Amino acid sequence: MNFKKYLKVYKKFLHTSLASELEYKTNILVDLITAILSLIGSIFLLSIFFQNNGYIGGWKFEQALIIQGIYTILNGITNTWFNPNLTEIVKHIREGTLDFVLLKPIDSQFFISLKKINPSGFLEIILGFFLLLFCIRINQINFNLSFLTLSLITISCSICILYSLWFFISTTTIWFVKTWNAIEVLRSFLYIGRFPLNSFSFSLRIFFSIFIPIAFITTIPSEAFLGLSQLWKILLEVIVATVFLITSRKFWLFALKFYSSASS
Amino acid sequence: MVQNIIDVRNLSKSFDISSKEPGLNGTIKHFFNRQTKSLKVIKDISFEIKEGEIVGFLGANGAGKTTILKMLCGLIYPSEGSILVSGHLPFRRKENFLKNITLIMGQKQQLIWDLPPIESFYLNASIYDLEKFEAKKRIKKLSEMLEIDEELFIPVRKLSLGQRMKSELLAALIHEPNILFLDEPTLGLDINAQRNLRKFLQKYNKETNATICLTSHYMKDITSLCKRVICVHEGAISYDGKLNLLLKKLSPVKEILLVCRSEKDATKLESSGFTVKNKIKNEITLKIENNSITSSLKTILNNFDIEDLFINEPPIDEIIGKVLIKKDYDI
Repeated sequence: MNFKKYLKVYKKFLHTSLASELEYKTNILVDLITAILSLIGSIFLLSIFFQNNGYIGGWKFEQALIIQGIYTILNGITNTWFNPNLTEIVKHIREGTLDFVLLKPIDSQFFISLKKINPSGFLEIILGFFLLLFCIRINQINFNLSFLTLSLITISCSICILYSLWFFISTTTIWFVKTWNAIEVLRSFLYIGRFPLNSFSFSLRIFFSIFIPIAFITTIPSEAFLGLSQLWKILLEVIVATVFLITSRKFWLFALKFYSSASS
Repeated sequence: MVQNIIDVRNLSKSFDISSKEPGLNGTIKHFFNRQTKSLKVIKDISFEIKEGEIVGFLGANGAGKTTILKMLCGLIYPSEGSILVSGHLPFRRKENFLKNITLIMGQKQQLIWDLPPIESFYLNASIYDLEKFEAKKRIKKLSEMLEIDEELFIPVRKLSLGQRMKSELLAALIHEPNILFLDEPTLGLDINAQRNLRKFLQKYNKETNATICLTSHYMKDITSLCKRVICVHEGAISYDGKLNLLLKKLSPVKEILLVCRSEKDATKLESSGFTVKNKIKNEITLKIENNSITSSLKTILNNFDIEDLFINEPPIDEIIGKVLIKKDYDI
């Protein structure tokens, strides 16, 4: 893979999608306001849960805010990259415009995963980081290099898992043509990631760890952030993320053999 | 000797197609127990195309023209047989192969809708690894050829269909491909835009010796661009050869309208042994075989008092229409 070329193409992607989005200033403004209101609403909802009980699933409100912070960052990444690109895969396949992607001398997964960005998602990422900084203060977390490394590793793994799941579902469009509902279900499950995994019953915890690995997406990075995570959990998250990424890649290449293009 | 750039041998393609009975019952049955059957849409076809050739693929809707084109450019895996395009197996979609070809579809677009076309051109240039200076040079050259210098800076959504199609062409040709696959490139364009596009393709072919495979339902596209046509009927090739031979075969006679000096002359001509289509007063229409037109006209002009004459070519759409519904043409 020619990294210099891919970097150059990605710079063009950034430029064109930013230019496209900036054509609609009001839309960006509405998105930004929505992001701020959504974060305020989520924190308010979380505070209601903790109003009568100081602890939920062994987590204090101040600690649960870390999960909210990580969720906000992930949601920002989802809105910036995954939503504009991965939902477009369904459109590409239904309308046959995937033809243009496949005939370009560039990796098709790279192209369809990164071509667009939605700049309003950046605000959510920034808000999430500010919330985490605030959490470091209120939870009196000892900020050091190993803490930072572990947090970054776990958050990166979460991004990979989320991306792979979404990409995997979108890829099935090649056979099923319409998969909007499955993506909506995935997004709904992601909302659950705003709460600590221990706050759910045993059976749901198993479900969210094995079938839909929401636990890996928000709870483990939050535990790492608090210095509560055991090393095996972090290792497990790295393994899960790697397996998910490789599987989604292989699945995409396999699915393309069945792509029949839309009729003209 | 000119090399074959496309070599297709015993190519077949099958698709799994599901069918649904009408009504609510049919819908429920279709939802729970979907019946699919394998349909062979391309049936054991073979042909070669030489470098620099412009070949038109003719066929009715659903005959399989687009499927053939998509297999040639590597979008669809063939079920049986072999395809070699520019020495590559297309479905592997290797970088060197993709840099050599392009696909233009009249009904689909790759330009970024909200931005001026120039942004899409530079994006494509970076994908094809072109330096900015080189990209600028090619955009200038192609935009001059296509006459779209001013439109480069207007958002795509504000361009007319003709201007958009020209921009699509530029986006698809910025990497100077050797082989062009064009699927109904003039679809929906007005007469002038169609003519300009055809002129451009002729010029591009002349200047670069690019091979062009074209499908179109506009016969003017085929007659003005292609010397050779491949007719596809229900997934099989019904004719592969020169277009003029096909036209001669399908339309062996021409109609000649002669305006005689007097009705008497017309009556005399009527009884002189030529095949007469009709006669109205001093005007008579004869049917004369293509291979004897010159000699017949010489005889008529020498022996009869003719005021004026018109040679009527049968409408090409009508002739080609016959090809689209017939299985085989041995010429």
